[in-house]
Amino acid sequence: MLNSTLSALGAALAAKQVSAVELTGLFLARIRALDGKLNAFITVDEEHSLAQARVADERRSHGAAGPLTGIPVAHKDIYCTRGLRTTCGSRMLAAYTSPYDAHVIERFDAAGAIQLGKTNMDEFAMGSSNETSHFGPVRNPWDTARVPGGSSGGSAAAVAARMAPAATGTDTGGSIRQPAALSGVSGLKPTYGVVSRYGMIAFASSLDQGGPLAKSAADLALLMNTMAGFDARDSTSLERPAEDYGRELNLNLAGLRIGLPKEYFGDGLEPDVRACVREATRWFEGQGAKMIEITLPNTALAVPVYYVIAPAEASSNLSRFDGVRYGHRAGEYADLAEMYRRTRAEGFGTEVKRRILIGTYVLSHGYYDAYYLQAQRARRLIAKDFAEAFARCDLIMGPTSPTTAFALGAKADDPVQMYLNDIFTIPAPLAGLPGLSIPCGFDATGLPVGLQIMGDYFAEAKMLGAAHRYQQATDWHLRAAREAPL
Amino acid sequence: MAWEIVVGIESHTQLLTRSKMFSGAANAFGAAPNTQASAVDIALPGTLPVANLAAIEHAIRFGLAVQGRISARSVFARKNYFYPDLPKGYQISQYEIPIVQGGTVRFFVDKAEKSIRLTRAHLEEDAGKSLHENFTDLSGIDLNRAGTPLLEIVTEPELRGAKEAVAYARALHALVVWIGICDGNMQEGSFRCDANVSVRKIGDEELGTRCEIKNLNSFRFMEQAIEFEARRQIEILQDGGSIEQQTRLYDADRNETRPMRSKEDAQDYRYFPDPDLLPLVITEADIERIGASMPELPEQKRKRYAEKFDLPAYDVSLLTESREKANYFEQSLAAGFAAVTPKLAANWLNGEIASKMNDENLAFAALPVSPEGFAKLLSRVQDGTISQKAAKDVLTEMWAGQRDPDSVIAAKGLKQISDSGAIEKIVDEVLAANAKQVEDYRAGKEKAFNSLVGQVMKRSQGKANPAQVNETMRRKLAG
Repeated sequence: MLNSTLSALGAALAAKQVSAVELTGLFLARIRALDGKLNAFITVDEEHSLAQARVADERRSHGAAGPLTGIPVAHKDIYCTRGLRTTCGSRMLAAYTSPYDAHVIERFDAAGAIQLGKTNMDEFAMGSSNETSHFGPVRNPWDTARVPGGSSGGSAAAVAARMAPAATGTDTGGSIRQPAALSGVSGLKPTYGVVSRYGMIAFASSLDQGGPLAKSAADLALLMNTMAGFDARDSTSLERPAEDYGRELNLNLAGLRIGLPKEYFGDGLEPDVRACVREATRWFEGQGAKMIEITLPNTALAVPVYYVIAPAEASSNLSRFDGVRYGHRAGEYADLAEMYRRTRAEGFGTEVKRRILIGTYVLSHGYYDAYYLQAQRARRLIAKDFAEAFARCDLIMGPTSPTTAFALGAKADDPVQMYLNDIFTIPAPLAGLPGLSIPCGFDATGLPVGLQIMGDYFAEAKMLGAAHRYQQATDWHLRAAREAPL
Repeated sequence: MAWEIVVGIESHTQLLTRSKMFSGAANAFGAAPNTQASAVDIALPGTLPVANLAAIEHAIRFGLAVQGRISARSVFARKNYFYPDLPKGYQISQYEIPIVQGGTVRFFVDKAEKSIRLTRAHLEEDAGKSLHENFTDLSGIDLNRAGTPLLEIVTEPELRGAKEAVAYARALHALVVWIGICDGNMQEGSFRCDANVSVRKIGDEELGTRCEIKNLNSFRFMEQAIEFEARRQIEILQDGGSIEQQTRLYDADRNETRPMRSKEDAQDYRYFPDPDLLPLVITEADIERIGASMPELPEQKRKRYAEKFDLPAYDVSLLTESREKANYFEQSLAAGFAAVTPKLAANWLNGEIASKMNDENLAFAALPVSPEGFAKLLSRVQDGTISQKAAKDVLTEMWAGQRDPDSVIAAKGLKQISDSGAIEKIVDEVLAANAKQVEDYRAGKEKAFNSLVGQVMKRSQGKANPAQVNETMRRKLAG
């Protein structure tokens, strides 16, 4: 049952082979057994989860169940929840409980899903290794000496270790796809505006997008059907007709045009990653898909552009954490200025401070044009690259990350090396495009490799269809993580 | 040496909307602290702004009223600074592209019409309030005001002197109330002005270094503050000094301005487009729809009154001080008393009614006399039933609650004697009894005439129609 897909769990619940309370209890027990060494969760409230499970069972007995009723879902601790504290991985919010639920949480609650707990994450979603969390690093279930990726590392590890059948995440520069790749799970970052940001604590508003992590593409489709939807409280939320993200799961691959950007297969890509991704694309070719060599010439601009725009927005978004109304406040201070200084010095970790400083700098008078405006111009070039590419192909495939999971501490002192790990995941959000990552093999040391599939705006169903077809033919996504045996 | 005082005004107009600029919380004054602040206003983590359409429409109304350009696309920007009553650590405002660009406001100074060009008007949200009273060693924060929609209206530095600046501010205040976008309540901070003041020698092309004066919460203080500030700057320059660019605070108790901060410690607000809000797109159709809902503007009314009623410009400017006054004027003319001339109604509205309202600090909404009652009263003056003087007494009675002027006239016996036979009889009696004055008059002493008329009025207990008395007296004396 721990390794079952969501639809299988739903079927078991419907057939009364298991109750929501039993199912929730099963995963809670798994968390109790494994999370001591993995640290994927910041907050677990068993009573809260079981109470929700009892309501779900009640609902099922009235015949009012949907596909997710009674299914436990772990939530990245960036989503505000009334029932569980919301820390965003920061000391600043270590004791903060939101008085309202995020839109995504409302949707899952309305669907009858169980809040299984709040997952660990890089502080304010700033990081690619989950080492910046105030609550300690998350460990990779395939090798606990290694990072799970980040910033949704807790969600990825929870799914990889089968402590949760599914989880939510957020992606700003790769925070869903990169940990999915490094932890051997499936993860989708939707088109910007598809999932409401209301109640999702902001890192970089023009890039942040919520999405699901799960074992399979079919599960991601099921989760998207609940997560996506217009929300008037988010001005960037898109008002579109509801769609079934699973409608193209039986996608016909014959004739599908798959673009392979040459910039994604250059130097710096680990040979084993290259080999696994090539093997996967060859499989698609074998199914009749057409491989098209494409170029995304401005790919090299993506990381520097991202590290201007994201910190700029973050420096402003994080100004509200000032100790005045909620969150951490320094214990001792002589005046207002010192209260601000000490509160923020104590409340934020190093990486968050680094980005606030970068962001403040690039928005400063005299630097704004050279950095922020220039970055916005380059951002449009990156979007134009994709627009030209999608005129020639239906989907783009490549590696999610240039490497497999790296060792804890390996890049912690070298921010630039850490940032470069996101080189393949940063371009899509800069263009607002959707991207997903699915497992496509293992390197020589047995660490999972992720295949990234990118699509045009609103091409999620097609991307999920391609991923699902691949997962029907492979079992990478069903293998249990080494240090979390079933 | 002659100096010229140059003033530019920035006005913060709180827009009359049900909810706030970017949240659904109520936009109302006077509630208990922090009871009208929603999760968005408090800037709880995860909250997002949604622009208030009503506020945007108000800004468009203003743009149309001043004939400014309504930007087809304007951008909300974040102005970043830390302050305890600024919950997000930034204020959402408009920076590079405001919703209204340009425009003109016309106003009167000493009966002369002037106009001032506007630089821009932009939408933004208000901050909360820091409360320093009632706390020891602590400051209170009230976030009820946080997020209140504001239209900041900025003029070019084209006003000359305190009087002109105040006349503009009054006209702007009247205009925003007229078009229904602001309640105009200055005590509650609904309309607040800052003044940028500089001085230069008459004839100089270059503007002098300016100081911005904050906290001008009444027109009187505005005038005093600008006058004080200009004097201060002139004294410094006359002593050979130079002006430091500063933000200064006006202290009404001491009638002086004093420095708040200088240009050196000016903050870098790090403006950038707010990624939480899409650019504000306004179509021609939007503008047309809103334009169709606009009331007739003061200027349009002025033009119409001057043409249709042949009234002097100054009378017209007074009649159009407020929409309520203009409406009252129009309603009294439309009340069905054909004899009432626009000039008579204007004189009474701008004279007797205005002074009574002023004495009692009354607004038109609270006026005890209806436009119909007022028109009927005037018609009785016009047709000679009562004298102007008697009409004032009738008005006083009506002010106290009497609705019908005719019953007041009857009850107080104020009806004029307009019967020519009766008047002739009194005149004859007076002439017979005052042979000396008659002689004086005929010898060329005009004063004697007034005395004779006075006696007629006295004998008639003030009821004789004065015009008729004059006419009869002249005729008899000439005869």
